[in-house]
Amino acid sequence: METTNLNIKEFLDRDEQKDLLRFLTAGSVDDGKSTLIGRLLFDSKKIYEDQLDALERDSKRVGNAGEHIDYALLLDGLKAEREQGITIDVAYRYFSTNNRKFIIADTPGHEQYTRNMITGGSTANAAVILVDARTGVITQTRRHTYLISLLGIKHLVLAVNKMDLVDFDENVFNKIVSDFNAFVADLNIPDVYCIPLSALEGDNVVAKSPRTPWYSGKCLLDYLETVPIDLDRNYDDFRYPVQYVLRPNLDFRGFCGKVASGVVRRGDEVMALPSRKTSHVKSIVTYEGEIEEAFPPMCVTITLEDEIDISRGEMIVKPDNLPTESRNFEAMLVWMDEEPMDVSKQFFIKQTTNTTRARIDNIKYRVDVNTMERSNVELLKLNEIGRVVFTTGKELFFDPYHTNKQTGAFILIDPITNNTSAVGMIIGKVDAGELVGDDAIATIDLSALGIDESHRPAIEKVCEQLKRQGLTIKIK
Amino acid sequence: MSNYKLSHLQELEAESIHIIREVAAEFENPVMLYSIGKDSSVMVRLAEKAFAPGKVPFPLMHIDSKWKFREMIEFRDRYAKEHGWNLIVESNEEAFRAGVGPFTHGSKVHTDLMKTQALLAALDKHKFDAAFGGARRDEEKSRAKERIFSFRDKFHQWDPKNQRPELWDIYNARVHKGESIRVFPLSNWTELDIWQYIRLENIPIVPLYYAKERPIVEIDGNLIMADDDRLPEQYRDKIQMRMVRFRTLGCWPLTGAVESSADTIEKIVEEMMTTTKSERTTRVIDFDQEASMEQKKREGYF
Repeated sequence: METTNLNIKEFLDRDEQKDLLRFLTAGSVDDGKSTLIGRLLFDSKKIYEDQLDALERDSKRVGNAGEHIDYALLLDGLKAEREQGITIDVAYRYFSTNNRKFIIADTPGHEQYTRNMITGGSTANAAVILVDARTGVITQTRRHTYLISLLGIKHLVLAVNKMDLVDFDENVFNKIVSDFNAFVADLNIPDVYCIPLSALEGDNVVAKSPRTPWYSGKCLLDYLETVPIDLDRNYDDFRYPVQYVLRPNLDFRGFCGKVASGVVRRGDEVMALPSRKTSHVKSIVTYEGEIEEAFPPMCVTITLEDEIDISRGEMIVKPDNLPTESRNFEAMLVWMDEEPMDVSKQFFIKQTTNTTRARIDNIKYRVDVNTMERSNVELLKLNEIGRVVFTTGKELFFDPYHTNKQTGAFILIDPITNNTSAVGMIIGKVDAGELVGDDAIATIDLSALGIDESHRPAIEKVCEQLKRQGLTIKIK
Repeated sequence: MSNYKLSHLQELEAESIHIIREVAAEFENPVMLYSIGKDSSVMVRLAEKAFAPGKVPFPLMHIDSKWKFREMIEFRDRYAKEHGWNLIVESNEEAFRAGVGPFTHGSKVHTDLMKTQALLAALDKHKFDAAFGGARRDEEKSRAKERIFSFRDKFHQWDPKNQRPELWDIYNARVHKGESIRVFPLSNWTELDIWQYIRLENIPIVPLYYAKERPIVEIDGNLIMADDDRLPEQYRDKIQMRMVRFRTLGCWPLTGAVESSADTIEKIVEEMMTTTKSERTTRVIDFDQEASMEQKKREGYF
């Protein structure tokens, strides 16, 4: 009895130390993606017996995998898609090994579902793209790879599946790898790893296969267990978007937030944006007590030496390392709404904890996700991606997405439907020359409207209130 | 650099705290739904952590189906009192007075009236615009696809085919009057993560999770504990004392126990690691029909 307890304690103590890897899988219906995931789950012994019972029952009725267990049925949870036989949304799966815990975002490969892949990939550390060894790199592979580079995912596995159907031929694999490398070279993905495998038969999935003696690399699970991800976060530029102000009593004024990037220590000099007031970190408070330093993605509460007024949506940074502050920027935008973009709409934009109005000034070009070709368009439609210039109602504090995902990402919300219409990755501030005329701030011209100067203070007061709500109006 | 490393539990904890604070900041009238189960216990602790050293700025609400285990109710009241929570308890009193219960009306009618309808009425009554739930994506297939901020229309319905895209940690909290968001801060936790966290954080849980000799009667293959005198006559002489524990907690006539001698968290985890049944199999309501959880969720159940 004693020994078993000790073992399980050891197990738990070890389990407690594991880190977490989130990865995305992408591929078309026929690439065997769900089969691959099913195998990862199955072979890492995480599928409980009763779920298997249900699977066997279901496979007999609607299965598409012939003799084999249809792993896809485990994953395609929703009734509607079971009937269609395809995955229609992102599904999350969980498994763990001796070294790591994993969260899989399983996303579909059809073009009309680009938005789901973007959704699944936004928090991923790594991505696994499947190709069929018989067809190799196809248009869809290019699309997935482009989206992965757009999302800034740093580790990419090209899983060349169905090697069993090409007799585990080394030449077939090498040809696909060289095709892929030629294409991926321009996309700025730092770590690309190609693996020949058979999801259906289990080759090179959780163990090296004797059927690919010519392959000297790692099997898929080995790669996923060992790929280093702790250096992928930004520890250099301290950004702390204030999420919530905590005032439990008159002596305590804490700024709750998540460290978006960089590191903060007790005593550090910090600056609040947009006020630019500086102070020093008095304490970093957690439920467990005060700590010396905080780093991403920790959620803490910071108190300052001086009483500075900081609200949600504002940001605490360090005075020698500031983000860009601007109401104008350009970004790669992915349109996620069934309803096409209406450029005359004033959207809500949410970036970090900051929400304001945003207007679309200009679409510089649309990128064809299949060919990477650029074209001029008037608007973006569902699943289209373009480079777009924005003006916001109040200043945003941001960094380019490729150096800081946390402060470079935003969503656009339709003011009428409240839908998340689009998501964006900031490239940077726009050059003044590219803006639409007078900065496009709404202006009240008192004399033109025949309003007496005596009303100016009252109007200013209203505009001041509107500004706090995210709407800037100029008075002339 | 690698000093800056969080374990998976620390990372999950940070993710949950961020979600909980986001709701407190963006909604006018949020509530945390409290089922008294182990997942709820973890969620409640995370809320306490999110606002320490201050108080949690929203209440807890328990939907009492009137058929919960007595130990659950005792635990609920004691916990809320000791931790200074504002606790709201709501029930479908009308159905209760009419005598609705699992033995007389079956699990389907009972669950619909005493749980789903009671929940919807309570949400309407208090005009909550956001409600936290302790559901996890690894629990059940349709939950695996649900967003962390899950939009509900005026009728509290979930539309799985029309979910808002959810990216990074930027949550869309905008709703029109009458609409609401269900928020699942534990979405990415697994059952093992929950136990591990309870162990590390010393989180109190209802004693029913630990094995003990209890009065058990076998009904349709489920080990049902005779928790009060509403057990129908025909079963009363079949009660046996058996060493059991509960993997999930709900209404006592609908929650099967498992035979077990696991009386510590370590032993529970050990049992879980070697067991071959996933946790919801002891819930009678999941087996009403294929895709039954999805159906219930569409109708407003968690």
